[in-house]
Amino acid sequence: MSKQIWAYIDHFKGEALTPSWEAVGAARMLAEKLGGEATAVVLGNGMDAVVQQAFAYGAEKVVLVDDPALADYRPEPYTDALVKAAGESAPAVILFPTTTRGRELAAMAGAALDAGVIADIIEMDVVDGQIVTTRPVYAGKLLAKAVAEGEPQIITLRVRAFAKPEPDASRSGEVVKVDAGLDESAVATKVVEYATTEGGVSLTEAAIIVSGGRGVSNNPDLTPPPDITDENEIEIWRGKQGFKLIGELAETLGAAVGASRAAVDAGYIPYDHQVGQTGKVVSPDLYIACGISGAIQHQAGMRNSKIIVAINTDPEAPIFKLARYGVVGDLWKIVPALNEAFKKKLGK
Amino acid sequence: MKIVVFVKVTPDTAATVKVDDSGNVTWGDAPLVLNPWDEYAVEAALQTKEAHGGSVTVVSMGDESALEAIRRALAMGCNDAIRIDDPALAEDDTLSTAKVLAAAVQKIGDVDMVFFGRQAIDGDTGLTPAQTARLLGWPYVGLVAAFRELDADGGTFTAERAIEEGRQVVASKLPAVVSVAKDYGEPRYPSFMGIRKAARAKVPVWSLADLGIEAPAVKVRLTQLMNPPKREVQCEFIEGETPEEIAEKLADKILAEKVL
Repeated sequence: MSKQIWAYIDHFKGEALTPSWEAVGAARMLAEKLGGEATAVVLGNGMDAVVQQAFAYGAEKVVLVDDPALADYRPEPYTDALVKAAGESAPAVILFPTTTRGRELAAMAGAALDAGVIADIIEMDVVDGQIVTTRPVYAGKLLAKAVAEGEPQIITLRVRAFAKPEPDASRSGEVVKVDAGLDESAVATKVVEYATTEGGVSLTEAAIIVSGGRGVSNNPDLTPPPDITDENEIEIWRGKQGFKLIGELAETLGAAVGASRAAVDAGYIPYDHQVGQTGKVVSPDLYIACGISGAIQHQAGMRNSKIIVAINTDPEAPIFKLARYGVVGDLWKIVPALNEAFKKKLGK
Repeated sequence: MKIVVFVKVTPDTAATVKVDDSGNVTWGDAPLVLNPWDEYAVEAALQTKEAHGGSVTVVSMGDESALEAIRRALAMGCNDAIRIDDPALAEDDTLSTAKVLAAAVQKIGDVDMVFFGRQAIDGDTGLTPAQTARLLGWPYVGLVAAFRELDADGGTFTAERAIEEGRQVVASKLPAVVSVAKDYGEPRYPSFMGIRKAARAKVPVWSLADLGIEAPAVKVRLTQLMNPPKREVQCEFIEGETPEEIAEKLADKILAEKVL
């Protein structure tokens, strides 16, 4: 029997996340090298559309556990379902996208199956039949090669590190339905509600990021409204005006908005936007850093971006050492001009 | 509430970490610190104790350098500490670590809640919290941004977890394992008295024999550590008479890269 190479399809309420398809693509690559079958694993409730998508993105087979107890994601029933399915077809490898749920489920599946888990890899290769992975450690300050022994091997893939295959809606394949025998009343956690954030582009999945640092508050020409008198409040107000500017350029480019830790700590923008060692690690095609000096913590979060553009008043700022293009100048003058230039050139 | 918080010692985030010529990881004279993500876990554990009574035990697996992390957590207000150290733990992976930590929770006994940071900034795996929960057979609520309620007597709590899509609000039974996200809120600074008390604290060391387990099998091995390839970029500075001229040139350069 050929080896089963599984790719876990992460979804939110039945809508698959893009990195899941990157995992399907990676499973196909491994299946070719190891001589196996790329299989998508779909867990949830009412998942027919996702099953069809998994075939379109290149899965040769789909293992499906469709159960009301999987309607809301919780790691316990999801792990139980995965373990049941793995027990029936003994996968050699299980790939997960390194999303919040993917990472958590990979960890739990490893504990439940007593299997080695390698998290958040950016590359993998097959050497003499052994999968050799590369993963960043110390937030990308170093790279490590890691191997796991035994089966299954559980590997989570950094978001955007593996190419998303082109979908082809005409594809189909075999669906293996597994009854996991789940019992909702035995699950110790219940989902009460969701408070979801609307709109905006997710930072880790973004192809383009426009980021602001402490420098965004530095516009002496702005006069704060008279009702703000506290100096700290005035600075926060100035920082927020700066991020409005960043946001306008991001909107023109269809980009996500990032920030340095300094800007987050100063209260200009919520933590969700922080890029860096204690924020999000990103690798977009284009990263535009505005008023960011480029502290080592920040570099750790964005140094793998394809093209880095830096706008900063200080020609000695370390960010210019990473940048492909640099502008030594005032972001308050350059960013609006850049926004206008792109609007014109992109016909917006 | 009997609370355990697991912590790890790591190099400071500002450290320049490198692999030296002999293949060892170095960070010069940068200090070792309590893993920054763990500070949020300690803060959440202490706030839970302050609201519901009980005690917080800080536990770290590692050699004597782990005392840096343990003493910081004690100075913040943890009641007592345990260090787990054994020559047989020289090699580890996340699952073998989780097995040791789960055994420690069982040996401490009658634990209601276990707190973790989201991940350690050295290995960056973020796997151990969920693995420890699974090994204990306890519910796991990861990336807690806030607790909405906690009923210690009834053995239930409700927490908001930070997920890609926003917040997922989960009700869970106790005992449970949680990991804490940065959204939880700023960790406190240790008080002067706390620092003095922590400096004097005797930290017992538990071996694998004390935990009553053998060294767990290690399945994941790092075969090589490398400095990342240097970014061979020469920054091209865009200049011009006016911001509009600079912007025009820069936009053309970016468009020519075909990344839009």
